[in-house]
Amino acid sequence: MKILYPFVAVLGLIVIAAVGSSIGMEALFGIVFPYLALLIFIGGFINKVVGWAKSPVPFRIPTTCGQANSLPWIKQDMLDCPSTTPGVIGRMVLEIFLFRSLFRNTQADVYDGPKLRYGSSKYLWLFALLFHYSFLVILVRHLRLFADPIPFFVNILEFADGFLQIGAPHIYQSDLVIIGAIALLFLRRILLTNVRYISLPADYFPLFLIFAIAVTGMLMRYVTRVDVVNIKTLAVGLATFKPVIAGDLGMMFYIHIFLVSTLLVYFPFSKLMHLGGVFMSPTRNLANNSRMVRHINPWNDPNLKPHSYASYEDEYREFMVDAGIPVDKELPAETPAAEEA
Amino acid sequence: MANMKVGELGVSVAREPSLMTGAVPSKDWWDVPAVFKPGNFCYPAKPEMVEYHSKSLPGKFGESRVWDPQSDDWKLPENWKEIIINGLKERLDKFRSLKIFMDCCVRCGACADKCHFFLGTGDPKNMPVLRAELMRSIYRNEFTKAGKILGKLAGAREMTFGVLKEWFMYFYQCTECRRCSVFCPYGIDTAEITMMARELLHLVGVGTNWILEPAANSNRTGNHMGLQPHTLKENMEYLCDDIESITGIKITPSWNRKGAEILIINPSADVFAEPGIYTCMGYLLLFEHIGLDYTFSTYASEGGNFGSFTNNELMKRLNAKMYAEAKRLGVKWILGGECGHMWRVLHQYMDTMNGPADFLEMPKSPLTGTVFENAASTKMVHLTEFTADLIRHGKLKIDPSRNNHRRVTYHDSCNPARAMGLLDEPRYVLKNVVNSFHEMPENTIRESTFCCGSGTGLNTGEIMDLRMRAGLPRANAVQYVKDKHDVNTLSCICAIDRATLTALVDFWVPGTQVCGVSELVGNALVMDGEKERESGLRFEPLEGMEG
Ligand code: SF4
Ligand code: SF4
Repeated sequence: MKILYPFVAVLGLIVIAAVGSSIGMEALFGIVFPYLALLIFIGGFINKVVGWAKSPVPFRIPTTCGQANSLPWIKQDMLDCPSTTPGVIGRMVLEIFLFRSLFRNTQADVYDGPKLRYGSSKYLWLFALLFHYSFLVILVRHLRLFADPIPFFVNILEFADGFLQIGAPHIYQSDLVIIGAIALLFLRRILLTNVRYISLPADYFPLFLIFAIAVTGMLMRYVTRVDVVNIKTLAVGLATFKPVIAGDLGMMFYIHIFLVSTLLVYFPFSKLMHLGGVFMSPTRNLANNSRMVRHINPWNDPNLKPHSYASYEDEYREFMVDAGIPVDKELPAETPAAEEA
Repeated sequence: MANMKVGELGVSVAREPSLMTGAVPSKDWWDVPAVFKPGNFCYPAKPEMVEYHSKSLPGKFGESRVWDPQSDDWKLPENWKEIIINGLKERLDKFRSLKIFMDCCVRCGACADKCHFFLGTGDPKNMPVLRAELMRSIYRNEFTKAGKILGKLAGAREMTFGVLKEWFMYFYQCTECRRCSVFCPYGIDTAEITMMARELLHLVGVGTNWILEPAANSNRTGNHMGLQPHTLKENMEYLCDDIESITGIKITPSWNRKGAEILIINPSADVFAEPGIYTCMGYLLLFEHIGLDYTFSTYASEGGNFGSFTNNELMKRLNAKMYAEAKRLGVKWILGGECGHMWRVLHQYMDTMNGPADFLEMPKSPLTGTVFENAASTKMVHLTEFTADLIRHGKLKIDPSRNNHRRVTYHDSCNPARAMGLLDEPRYVLKNVVNSFHEMPENTIRESTFCCGSGTGLNTGEIMDLRMRAGLPRANAVQYVKDKHDVNTLSCICAIDRATLTALVDFWVPGTQVCGVSELVGNALVMDGEKERESGLRFEPLEGMEG
């Protein structure tokens, strides 16, 4: 069920777009939905990030993954346990661009004894890296459709991406990589028992969706051979707020763009928001300097005081005096008779 | 159930059907109820404890009552769901961490096999990701659109009594060790989620006695053991007598002395319980050796903060004593002993909650002149930093061969390691005071260190079986160095560790002793005017003196 529902949902989306676009609703799928989706995406994304930002970070709670800044002769791990802003930036760059934490991953086994064994496990890191980077490359490549003239970096990237020059038109490596990476991530999710057990429909849905987006995109490029000029006209139109649908764009295009629209809408309401969250996680983006610099908690209650020393001493004064522990207030003089005795 | 034999427990860890051994439960996790049986839960807080805390923090500990986790009636207040949901809302607004951690998990599973509770029990809900999902599912249902619209498909579910039971069970099977957060690509810290869940549970009067009673003691008597001032002093005197018979040196530490230069705050267990007392003897010898002008305090006689296992407010109240006492006594700065969660609170929360400590001076070692810039604001220095600096400057006369009967490894206590980054100081000290030091395997030390399995108020006898399972990864690594290097001593810098690791190695790695780093320092110190040492601080004969 956990896999079936999202699969059916993606199929459903495809059917909707196919039917809708072929019964004359091209403008709805080609113009209205994309705009709406983008609006929801941007609005939802900002809303979420602002929502996070509204909550304060009362305490400095970085997870320290290396030696802290301490005595001058002890070598600090500047990147995994930063105490300065440049260090934090370094840590975040490693995290965001190289998935530093995932790189640490290990896998544990238990066997008779009982004994535990931990091996390094870099699959998740590798698949995730492949997936995200090929996604990024494809995204940037799409700029050529929206921008006129085409930015130089898009051309460079495209050249590099098509470097292998397999077939005609050239097959981009990123297309192959993303398909492979999604497949591997999916396989990982169903083959590793732990991961399968924790997975929700909400985890399979984006995988299927992105897979379908990639496949329809490739079909358009390599198989059905859509008219790029027409698509570019629409895309530039969309980007300049003067959209026109010029000529037949083909069913595959409408499916593709509808799936993309769905992804955009789904994004801010789902775990995909990890894109924003990774920048804001307080265990990673804070310097570990809380003993060095005072940090303010906006809701700290200055009236919350400890059980006072005075009442402590009141309770134990006699014992303290007996034991020769200094007190602030002497014992009340007992009856003079007793004292003289 | 409570006290299994090593063989039996070992077999069940490695062979019993569990997610760890490859057996997948046939039901989805939200359909598997939490079942309480003797041995798998900590006893509920006594009503008088709840009442005690409620007096100073009304509403934070719920209604006091006698209740039984095994029963189906926890005598919850009628509007308990409302209390929990409102409490969750309040915390989402107060902690960005919680909001982000509720939204960003991609369920990649990188954290799954990092938790010692999962490794030892194989229970799926002990995977950090699922532990967090126990709360996340409620969050989605109440606070997210996707959850409201898609319900189960988006992983949302309603708050029910069954969920509350799960919370009580699994948020007390998390020692807030933060190991999972090291491996998570977004730094999701399940410990943070556990802390919030425990705050919420306390709101409806669901707390455990082994936390609330020590916390009450800390509040009233100054320390979690409930030691009254004269008892503390007397016991320290016994330790000094022992020191005298071992070394011939008479030490008379001062208590509550105004005008001392430095206030010492250490875990109270170090004054009273084995093997902590030997660590304390180590501190005493060290201070005597360097002629430090220091005082202990009976009022602030606890480093450990049991409040941090309940809620923010109690954590703050207990912690506030340290500064209050430093101010009253007029000391220059504070030196903190070997204690784990004391240091987490100190390092991450103290200055923010109870600072600024502007009545104190910048900590400066009176012997070496080193200024502890890393403690510029909090004005509290860790004993291990202090000792490392002394050794580095050649201020200590050390004879490491006095520890030759010890083959030592080091356990990075979770809090100093993953919440402070205190990793190299203890190693530096150890390498100078012992001749035989061996690291445990790479994935089990430093920031990857494994928890003792019984932190955050779980070191109580009623869950022995669980504790031994949870401590297995740690014990396994000790076994490894024992087999390889004949290690017989497990050193650490945490009082809870000293208590819990002792039980742990007695069970899994018998013949291993647990000690604080300072015990080994004290043993190695060559004191002025001492007599020939024939035994260590435990009266154990030194090498060559066995006869
Ligand atoms: S590692 Fe982080 S993102 Fe991955 S499942 Fe665990 S908590 Fe979620
Ligand atoms: S904080 Fe420690 S005990 Fe808690 S879930 Fe993470 S690894 Fe497990």
